Amino acid sequence: MSEQDILEATGIEVSFSVGSPLVARLRHQPHLLHAVDGVDLRVRRGEALALVGESGSGKSTLARVIAGIQRANRGQIKLDGKVLPSSRRSRADQRRIQMVFQDPYSSLNPRLTVGGILHELLRVHHVVPRGDVESHTRELLRMVGLPEDAAGARPRQFSGGQRQRVAIARAIALRPELLVADEPVSALDVSVQATILNLLQDLRSELGLTLLFISHNLAVVRHLCDRVAVMYMGRIIEVAPTEELFRNPRHPYTAGLLAAIPRMTARDEDEAPAVRGDPPSPLRLPTGCRFRTRCPIAQQICAERDPALASADTDSEHRAACHFAWSVEAANAPEAR
Amino acid sequence: MSELASESISTARPLQLEVSDLRVQIAGHQGVVRPIDGVSLEIAPGEAVGLVGESGSGKSMTLKSILGLLPPDAKVTSGSVVFDGTDLTRLSPSRLNKVRGRRIAMIFQEPMSALNPVMRVGNQIAEGPRVHLGLSRAQSVARAVDLMRRVGIPEPERRFRAYPHEFSGGMRQRVMIAMALSCDPELILCDEPTTALDVTIQDQILRLLAQLCHESGTSLMFVTHDLPVVAQVCHKVAVMYAGRIVERGTVSEVFSQPLHPYTLDLLRSAPDVDHPGQSLVPIPGMPPSLVSPPSGCRFHPRCQFAEDDCKVSDPPLRLLEGDRATACLHFERCLDQIGTN
Amino acid sequence: MSAVSAAPAPAPAPAPAAAPVRARRARWYRQPTLMAGLVLLAIILFMCYGAPLLTTFNPDTQNLLQPLLGVGQGGHLLGTDQEGRDTFARLLYGGQVDLRVAVIAVIFPFILGTILGSLAGYFGGWVDAIIMRIIDIVVAFPFFVLVIALVFVLGTGEKSIYIAITAVGWVSYARITRGEITVAKRQEYVLAAQSGGLSSLRIIGRHLLPNVVTQSIVYAMSDIVQDILAIVTLSYLGLGIQPPTPDWGTMISAGQNFLTTQWQLTTIPGLAVVITGLALSLVGDGLADLLRTGTS
Repeated sequence: MSEQDILEATGIEVSFSVGSPLVARLRHQPHLLHAVDGVDLRVRRGEALALVGESGSGKSTLARVIAGIQRANRGQIKLDGKVLPSSRRSRADQRRIQMVFQDPYSSLNPRLTVGGILHELLRVHHVVPRGDVESHTRELLRMVGLPEDAAGARPRQFSGGQRQRVAIARAIALRPELLVADEPVSALDVSVQATILNLLQDLRSELGLTLLFISHNLAVVRHLCDRVAVMYMGRIIEVAPTEELFRNPRHPYTAGLLAAIPRMTARDEDEAPAVRGDPPSPLRLPTGCRFRTRCPIAQQICAERDPALASADTDSEHRAACHFAWSVEAANAPEAR
Repeated sequence: MSELASESISTARPLQLEVSDLRVQIAGHQGVVRPIDGVSLEIAPGEAVGLVGESGSGKSMTLKSILGLLPPDAKVTSGSVVFDGTDLTRLSPSRLNKVRGRRIAMIFQEPMSALNPVMRVGNQIAEGPRVHLGLSRAQSVARAVDLMRRVGIPEPERRFRAYPHEFSGGMRQRVMIAMALSCDPELILCDEPTTALDVTIQDQILRLLAQLCHESGTSLMFVTHDLPVVAQVCHKVAVMYAGRIVERGTVSEVFSQPLHPYTLDLLRSAPDVDHPGQSLVPIPGMPPSLVSPPSGCRFHPRCQFAEDDCKVSDPPLRLLEGDRATACLHFERCLDQIGTN
Repeated sequence: MSAVSAAPAPAPAPAPAAAPVRARRARWYRQPTLMAGLVLLAIILFMCYGAPLLTTFNPDTQNLLQPLLGVGQGGHLLGTDQEGRDTFARLLYGGQVDLRVAVIAVIFPFILGTILGSLAGYFGGWVDAIIMRIIDIVVAFPFFVLVIALVFVLGTGEKSIYIAITAVGWVSYARITRGEITVAKRQEYVLAAQSGGLSSLRIIGRHLLPNVVTQSIVYAMSDIVQDILAIVTLSYLGLGIQPPTPDWGTMISAGQNFLTTQWQLTTIPGLAVVITGLALSLVGDGLADLLRTGTS
């Protein structure tokens, strides 16, 4: 782990039990859903890293493990070189990683006022001396672009975009080093998304925050983030700096994902869909590479061996988990513009 | 899409659906809400028209009012929805039922709530033809299997007997599309059909819809808040704001050269995956109250070009050349701005 | 997101706090069930606690020279009972006793049940398993059977009533709370509180309970009715409120012997129980409707 890494996650595995384990065993059916199936991730200080994937990719689960609100079955998380316990983190450690959630309507306690929500956090963690809690609350509201009198109002009096600002204020109240944002704009209107995205960018530079940005919206990711990690069925299958990923995707899934993004100019009608078929059931993953059932370039080796996340050479920041990522065949896969 | 462009729309073509100055009102406890306040739209046979707007614009409700699916306390106060010569808003429920499903079908956003969870999928698809077309059981089953194959559901004979919860989201949406197509409708209304789907599945569904409609000449009215999605499926687009249509035209025209400040702002506030460097400009303010909308032009409190007359006069949707229309008094100001590309 | 924004929305400040609160209050008046129940309850409470204004008689004063007077006789509005005590006075003062005991008897199970239920719901695991098994055992017995048995064992009197009802009645509150909390703890604002490093106790007490307690409150209304019945039954059986304290149950029981002659001795207290129960049920229903629509 280098000096610049603020967070290092190794070997993270999270499984959920589906249905009754006893019944499943009797019927010889799988009952364990591996939401996150062996993930290593490094987050550099000050960067904006995107975690991209579709439903079932495990990105939200991984985000929650990093934020400390979901326990991993296996694996380790190091924050600034120090290993974090897998069960309850200390309050001091908990402060350093904070989370913003997707749904502005359920992520704020409807019974508390905005001021109440912020006061509580400031007091419990002794972020500022007791006498300064009021003024600091006002300062937080100002930082996210809300008026001072917002402190006396309840969440239901605000619009979705305003609520997300409150959620962001809550997240930065504890002065975290790493902000985990789980689809923070997906539930908002398009015109409001811009405000929140701009706010996140401003806060990043103002507070020196590191941002882990989870999203399925690649346009937003390309706009906001420095590096992208693409997840599929519980694994990271490609990771690269943003522009490199968009211009030169090396994993067929990434290429397909980029090609599937709807664009403002109509596509050629005769083109086949970028990625065909449906994702496999997470309870019954294919042998070898889990993407092979939908992959346009799948070969025999793909059913036999699960490819590791590897780069073309040791220095490269671009890594992909495909047997053909760095060979000529991959160059024929559909690419993004 | 290229083929549809060549059938360029002239006003001389017979219209399949014509919505004229439709107004709907709901009595709320804070006053009368007017979610649709003067909407006019046209669809020619075989055309795919997009209706875009944000939440509260009235786009979903417009779709529902075409088929009379409004909530019980909402009523159409004026205007008409003329489908093939008949005003749907004036039809009795029993006659409207003959149109629903048979001649106009609808696809919803959440397939899980739009499909009956305790009925087998095949039976749900076969129900329409049995009721509307009078097919026998065997015939409707065969037709359902065929439709399932057409929409890309693998092993249709076997999956006929499956229940909705056994399908993935994308597959359920395909079932909905099969149901919509089952009676060979002339018009399909789509209410955000891909919003709840993953990007790669959305891609498959959009292509499927475009292809099926192109093959059978069915018209499409596609409601969404996602502008690029409209560009993939539709040829024409109408932009809605606060219960009104503020701009209309072909997709390429409206998106490359918008003639209404709201459209312009909308285009500039969303990141374009192909142009990552551009800064995002949010639209200031909030959507207006539908109980007491602003005087004059409804967008003026948030408009960068607002002038004094905008606060006073409420501009109607004015037809410019071709099929272009805008509801802005000073639309030329938009021309000064460089388009999104 | 919801389709229609009906409230006026100034930019970017929140809508003034007055508007939604005013709407709430207006709705409160308009609830017919709630208003009917509250009015009836108000009348009952006034009559019981305003007893000194309504009658000059003392409920305990015996007058063996004037037993079993009929309605209106000798200045007694509803006559006297077999020991010459004024029926009307006993009715009103007895109401005080019954109502007071019923309300207090609801509070302890409410508190105990809510606490245990929230612990079970929030922590799950063995805490939940143990509490649920205890609930299963208690629930296996009919409410009245258990209460009567406990009072029998503990001896008569007010204190026993409280203990017995608490021991049996907490179960319903626990179940309600447990169910609500199991669902509510998955809400994102709870996750946010956890990620904010707040302690479990604080999350349960300050974040979860205020949001889930409304169901229990509604249930408490009907529970008061049930408790009144329980107290009246116990007293009727001689196990509850002891004479000479007036109480509707003892009145009903004592008056039974005189059904053919002075029927009002039994019937009037019985009617009082029914009407009070009705009032509380209406309040409970009205409250349930109000809370259901108010928080949406």
